[in-house]
Amino acid sequence: MSKPLSFYRSYFLSKTMSFLRRRNGTDSSKTRVADPNIKKDGAADDDKKKDEYKIPQRRNYGSKKWSCWDNCCWFIGLICSIWWFCLFLYNTMPDSIPQFVTMAITGPLPDPPGVKLRKEGLMANHPVVLVPGVVTGGLELWEGRHCAEGLLGKRLWGGSFGEFYKRPLCWLEHISLDNDTGFDPPGIRVRPVTGLVAADYFATGYFVWAVVIANLAHIGYEEKSLYMAAYDWRLSFQNTEIRDQSLTRIKSNIELLVATHGGKKVVVLPHSMGVQYFLHFMKWVETPAPRGGGGGPDWCAKHIKAIMNIGAPFLGSPKSIALHFSIEVRDIAALRAQAPGLLDKDVLGLQTFKHLMRMFRTWDATFSMIPKGGETIWGGLDWSPETETVNNSAKKGTDNSTRNTGGNGNICNTKGVNYGRLISFSKDWAETHSSKIERVDFKHVAKGDKLTNSSNCDIWLEYHEMGNRAIKAVADHKVYTAGSILDLLHYVAPKLMARGASHFSYGIADDLDDPKYDEYKYWSNPLETKLPNAPDMEIYSLYGVGLPTERGYIYKVAPPSDCSIPFQIDTSVDGDSEDSCLKGGVFSGDGDETVPIISAGFMCAKGWRGKTRFNPSGIRTYNREYKHAPPANLLEGRGTQSGSHVDLLGNFALIEDVLRVAAGATGEDIGGDRVYSDIFKWSERINIKL
Amino acid sequence: MASVLRFRKLCYVESAVKCTSVGYESFEIDEKLDEKEEDVLSANHFALEINKKRKQPKRQPKEWRCLDSCCWIIGYLCTTWWLLLFCYHCLPVTLLRVPELPGPGVRLKREGLTALHPVVLVPGIVTGGLELWEGRPCADGLFRKRLWGGGSFTQIFKRPLCLLEHLSLHYETGLDPQGIRVRAVPGLVGADYFAPGYFVWAVLIENLAKIGYEGKNLHMAAYDWRLSFQNTEIRDHALTRLKSKIELMYISNGYKKVVAVPHSMGVIYFLHFLKWVETPPPMGGGGGPGWCAKHIKAVMNIGPAFLGVPKAVSNLFSAEGKDVSYIRAMAPGVFDSEILGLQTFERVMRMARTWDSIVSLLPKGGEVIWGNMDRSPEEGHVCDFSKKSHSKTSLTTNNINNSDVKRGFLVKDLANYGRIISFGKPASVLHSSKLPTADSKEFSRTSTSENFNNFSCGEAWTEYDEMSRQSIQNVAADKAYTTTTLLDLLRFVAPKMMRRAEAHFSHGIAENLDDPKYNHYKYWSNPLETKLSDAPDMEIYCMYGVGIPTERSYVYKLSPNSRCKSIPYQIDNSVHGEDGSCLKGGVYFADGDESVPVLSAGFMCAKGWRGRTRFNPSGIATYIREYRHKPPTSLMEGRGIESGSHVDIMGNFALIEDIMRVAAGATGDEIGGDQIHSDIIKMSERINLGL
Repeated sequence: MSKPLSFYRSYFLSKTMSFLRRRNGTDSSKTRVADPNIKKDGAADDDKKKDEYKIPQRRNYGSKKWSCWDNCCWFIGLICSIWWFCLFLYNTMPDSIPQFVTMAITGPLPDPPGVKLRKEGLMANHPVVLVPGVVTGGLELWEGRHCAEGLLGKRLWGGSFGEFYKRPLCWLEHISLDNDTGFDPPGIRVRPVTGLVAADYFATGYFVWAVVIANLAHIGYEEKSLYMAAYDWRLSFQNTEIRDQSLTRIKSNIELLVATHGGKKVVVLPHSMGVQYFLHFMKWVETPAPRGGGGGPDWCAKHIKAIMNIGAPFLGSPKSIALHFSIEVRDIAALRAQAPGLLDKDVLGLQTFKHLMRMFRTWDATFSMIPKGGETIWGGLDWSPETETVNNSAKKGTDNSTRNTGGNGNICNTKGVNYGRLISFSKDWAETHSSKIERVDFKHVAKGDKLTNSSNCDIWLEYHEMGNRAIKAVADHKVYTAGSILDLLHYVAPKLMARGASHFSYGIADDLDDPKYDEYKYWSNPLETKLPNAPDMEIYSLYGVGLPTERGYIYKVAPPSDCSIPFQIDTSVDGDSEDSCLKGGVFSGDGDETVPIISAGFMCAKGWRGKTRFNPSGIRTYNREYKHAPPANLLEGRGTQSGSHVDLLGNFALIEDVLRVAAGATGEDIGGDRVYSDIFKWSERINIKL
Repeated sequence: MASVLRFRKLCYVESAVKCTSVGYESFEIDEKLDEKEEDVLSANHFALEINKKRKQPKRQPKEWRCLDSCCWIIGYLCTTWWLLLFCYHCLPVTLLRVPELPGPGVRLKREGLTALHPVVLVPGIVTGGLELWEGRPCADGLFRKRLWGGGSFTQIFKRPLCLLEHLSLHYETGLDPQGIRVRAVPGLVGADYFAPGYFVWAVLIENLAKIGYEGKNLHMAAYDWRLSFQNTEIRDHALTRLKSKIELMYISNGYKKVVAVPHSMGVIYFLHFLKWVETPPPMGGGGGPGWCAKHIKAVMNIGPAFLGVPKAVSNLFSAEGKDVSYIRAMAPGVFDSEILGLQTFERVMRMARTWDSIVSLLPKGGEVIWGNMDRSPEEGHVCDFSKKSHSKTSLTTNNINNSDVKRGFLVKDLANYGRIISFGKPASVLHSSKLPTADSKEFSRTSTSENFNNFSCGEAWTEYDEMSRQSIQNVAADKAYTTTTLLDLLRFVAPKMMRRAEAHFSHGIAENLDDPKYNHYKYWSNPLETKLSDAPDMEIYCMYGVGIPTERSYVYKLSPNSRCKSIPYQIDNSVHGEDGSCLKGGVYFADGDESVPVLSAGFMCAKGWRGRTRFNPSGIATYIREYRHKPPTSLMEGRGIESGSHVDIMGNFALIEDIMRVAAGATGDEIGGDQIHSDIIKMSERINLGL
């Protein structure tokens, strides 16, 4: 392409030049014929020739330049012009054309649920409260260090991430919290964005709540009947109240919504971590004043019609363990395996991981996602609710048949997988029966036998205070369940866990009437609190199924270096068969890519079903599952039938359920339970006193 | 011949190699020419040869030539631009930052001020953002996008008619038309910037943030500024929400009372709110009689339009202001209706007339406040448009003489501010006894039903289309109108609008404030027809700019073109006063902040509420804080840190400092009590109002 171009270019140039010269030439020949004074003419001609000689030479010099630099310019110019032209055409085009084209390609798109239901005559009825989850809420800067000058009021998180991509270290400094207090460091104030804009889009074009909001608007909702309960998702739940009075604000706004809608109760839509946050809120609001909101014992009954938990990690998510332990999840680990150097520490001195880990560990809220309920819920060394107990060989045949006939619950071959072992060091330890594993207790191994020159490491991590022996001891323990993982975390990061433990608890209550459970650290754990006394309320658990979800990890000790994180997911480990649940060092189970079904569904399927000790007033619960179907084509974007954790908020079936309930339907009206997975069977296997 | 052959050979070789440029080839030719420069024949041949050779690829290069260079230039520019952009981005951020003037926030923080009282900001008309929640098909893809404010004005250029349709309200109800829902943008983003780079509240917010304010103790009371005040409550529960928000901030900030900072129309909106909140439901908020005393520390009105603004008159009457009429005078054709069939004015006027809120800004208090045919409180105001040039060119003695001469003018050419609309310059100057009296009965005598001849002639109809030629003439024949007769005039030219709006607003003066009729909400936003609430500890500030000529009254004429679709009246911009007169371009100017005359902004604080009056039975303390306008001294200052103009005053450092001190706990006396530059006290004295 460029060669002929250069040819034309130089040709074109030389043509103009020689055209010039030719004119001169003919002129001179004419004068020669006309003018008798040849000598004079010859002299003149001489000059001309000299000129001619000079000019082409200079031009030649220029034309050499043409060939590379100017061609580029030319090419860029061409592309720019075409681009502008297309842009211009696009902008002048009537707005209906893209839609028309889409229709022509895919056939008529299904009406979004809002439009469909409006035709059915549904109207806005109950006010709706949206509770965003972790990470999706926007944060903005109110006071910053010197490096963040001029960014006041700009978004630090969410949106387009402002101008912070230019100063990553500054950003890290501002988004991290103080390691001791769990609040902002002095001199920095980062606060949640308020209003619907807080979490409608996470980044430009990546919707979170926007689709839900748009559909609610179709049936008549508007800003006055929608409320986004924005809170700082980095803080522990009680700290959001202490610092920002977030819980008080939610209470006041819900009361306002109920008052301005003629006493109609609100429908609450918490998503992801918002689920636990709202659980905390419900307990807080009914607790008397100094520690709680002082709403009185029937506040929830008076103000809340239904809680529709979306992608609810009631019992935590194993992903958070990997994040806490080594700041990686499946995708990052896979990326690391692909390009070993890219994310690694020494390259460019970026130390991305450790920076991130340090930031992540200052966020108290992440502790809320650590699996709750211990081995009772998540399975022990040799059993887990998702799998049949292996040693029960008599039943095996029937299990296989049910699995084959049912078939829809399993996304991979779970045979021989010990989901209960959340972390195992090497594949062998993940598979061997527990009786054959010799575990070495690590708790009594003293740390710091070899004080790594942690002073060299400019980023402080508690790992640096561990010695090699301690690291080895951790690895020698070989297998960790949901119960012992807490011990592990307490061991590797004692300060961190001490801070976290004052705000969250992960156990199961034996006696819920024990006065210690009045403390706020238990409020967000559904296994250690009672639901409020509100028999008319409804609790839904809406979650996606059909996607491989991280459920357990195989770790290895990282090649030693002074300042690195000593543990890594062992991405080289794969299962034996094609459909094995073990891939790249990660055991996958069924779920929505982030939250396993057991965490999302158990409370509504069993823990709260009927009148139990966790649900003394018998609040009705419904499980609604949405089977994941990938988007049919590119035009659908992130899909209208997606079951993945965030994309679920764009799932038409889910939105329809939400709209119907918001417009006044009850759980029975929309069809009660809707289950694809084996959640009920799994729940039965969980042996918990109700 | 040999040379030709050699040349040919060379050509072949070259075409075979295909890589050396033709430029090189021509260089060869030149060499040859040098060799045989005497041989004319061969030169001729050569020329021929060249011609031949040129002929075959001629078609292509010709097309290339123009496109090529264009592309080249564009590419060159683009690349340079990118390069510069890249360099710009590579530079450390701190290097590029324009050294910002340290705002008062930084200084006061050093003094030790910290956030104490929560602050509520109440935006005024036009500055608040509006977003779309439901629209017609033409507004596809604009869901929850800004229709107004915040730099969304590209949409206005793209689909102007669609936007006009969505921003208009229903003509009869004053609420949204069927199928359209446009709502106020909530939160601080609702009115921090009006357009990108054009701050409204942003500077104040920034400075408040410096001393510790943040989302939990700073609230923007966004409301739909197109609606009448009570309708914002009926449709959006805006007042209830404001009440709940204030109560919440009061509680969650350790029972600290709230400092309210309303601006422009927000001032009377907040006045309405104060009355509403203490009125028992269903009409009011049911906060009980002590609500204001309990929750509000101070109301710091910025550029308050307590008694209305004359600008609203010209806006409603002919959809023009001072600036618009100037432009019209400069380029008579631009705005006119025939061009492109745009009918800009008519459409804008129709839209503006559906907004009830503009009616709330019509001058209140009638002739008592704004003056009658022959006298007005601003009497003797010296306009100093030309003062500068005089004082510069003349000695001090001359100066005195000059101003004496000017006084002489003023006696002759006295501005009758009281005549808020006069038809023709004589009508604005002559003594009232020489003028025909404006008789409201005359309006009613003229039937409006005689005129359907041109009723259906325009899509963008205004109520003017329903008037007959005769009545239009009659209106102009009446010559001059004061604020009282003006209302009659508006009722005549736009009966439907006034009927709709007067259910929500009243513009009179109460004789007896205890009359039960004043419990109706339509009186709540008029400070002359309501009592302030019983809150003796509260403080009311009037903070406004002075020193800018402000529209005060207008000289009108009949529009020259009498087609049916046009607006029949125009500001007569050809009328100028003599040197030193306050009349310029058909507009009489008085002192003020460019939008609100001093009289409207200051009177209530200077007299109406000062001490214990019938409008202020509990004796709430009032303070006047005036800020003399100084244009920005350099470009770096942007819109000025000492500006006194209506919106730019929000960036005035002195004003910001006052607000911050009060928010941090100071009282009015501590920040210096009154600060007066204008003649407001003298003017107020001239107003004869029973207190």
